[in-house]
Amino acid sequence: MSPTRGELFLAYLRIGLTGFGGVNAWARQLLVERKGWLSDQHYAEALGMGQVLPGPNALNCAIAIGARFHGGAGALLACAGLLLGPMAVLVAVAALYDQYGQLPLVRAVLTGIAAAAAGMVLGTAVKMAVKLRPTPLLWLTGALALLLAMLRVPLPLVLLGLAPLGIWAAGRR
Amino acid sequence: MILPLFWAFATLSLLAIGGANAVLPEMHRQLVEIHGWLDDATFGQLFALAQAAPGPNILAASVMGWRIAGPAVMAAATLGMLLPASVLAWCVAGLTQRLAGAAWLKPAQFGLVPVAVGLIAASGVIMAEAAGTGWLPWAVIAASALFVWRTGFSPLWVLAGGGAIGWLAL
Repeated sequence: MSPTRGELFLAYLRIGLTGFGGVNAWARQLLVERKGWLSDQHYAEALGMGQVLPGPNALNCAIAIGARFHGGAGALLACAGLLLGPMAVLVAVAALYDQYGQLPLVRAVLTGIAAAAAGMVLGTAVKMAVKLRPTPLLWLTGALALLLAMLRVPLPLVLLGLAPLGIWAAGRR
Repeated sequence: MILPLFWAFATLSLLAIGGANAVLPEMHRQLVEIHGWLDDATFGQLFALAQAAPGPNILAASVMGWRIAGPAVMAAATLGMLLPASVLAWCVAGLTQRLAGAAWLKPAQFGLVPVAVGLIAASGVIMAEAAGTGWLPWAVIAASALFVWRTGFSPLWVLAGGGAIGWLAL
């Protein structure tokens, strides 16, 4: 069963607005389990491609899935659906931040949220590293990426230097 | 300012393997250190807001654009961040049906993961440096890292908890 253009747009609008803390889990649940538009295998392939390519993998995935059903129009509709809702929310948040961001109470709350978000990013990195069960060479690759980014080496150089090492290390696993 | 900002984000867009968290160190370098468009604390807070809001975290670029100089810069930042990567994804999506399960995909994907994880860890350290203004924020950082690592609950709880602690105690 495949969706009409309108259904595709509405599905992605919903995914964008419900997708707190990472869109992919929500997208899979709606597209594969509830609507049955894609098999698990097809969704996994689209996601795998989305992860190798640069950019948000949920967006890459939306482009691939939209294109699969309705070509260029489908890709555009899926992207628009995914981004429009969150953009509207963020514009509202940004306007509020401009207005009230300097109030002491708001600053205190935001400092708390920023600290929690920093911990969340660190915790995510640890979780991913442990789940990967890396070989020593893969550990070294990750540690070098951390070190170079901390030393403020420009990202293009970091990727150019470490991608070959990582792919080589992955191949020897 | 619009053009340099657009180019800064357009470059980032093509390097964002592993999503927003992996390019945060480079965003920080460009926006805070090189151009001085944002200060450290504002950068950290806006990134945290984008994480708390729904949708892809890469939209942090949009809020930062807004904060730097209003709607036009917000549009430039958003387009810069999304357009190049999306065009690439579109081109590859056309090939995918033929390339699905291609032999090079697995090792390429697997080899880039540790690089992305290292970059995400660096993002965490940079955000922690900006947010860690006293012992209490550091305690929140440590507790939230442990919570996200060891439990499967939604990270939104951590953000809400951090906000509540900030409200009551900071």
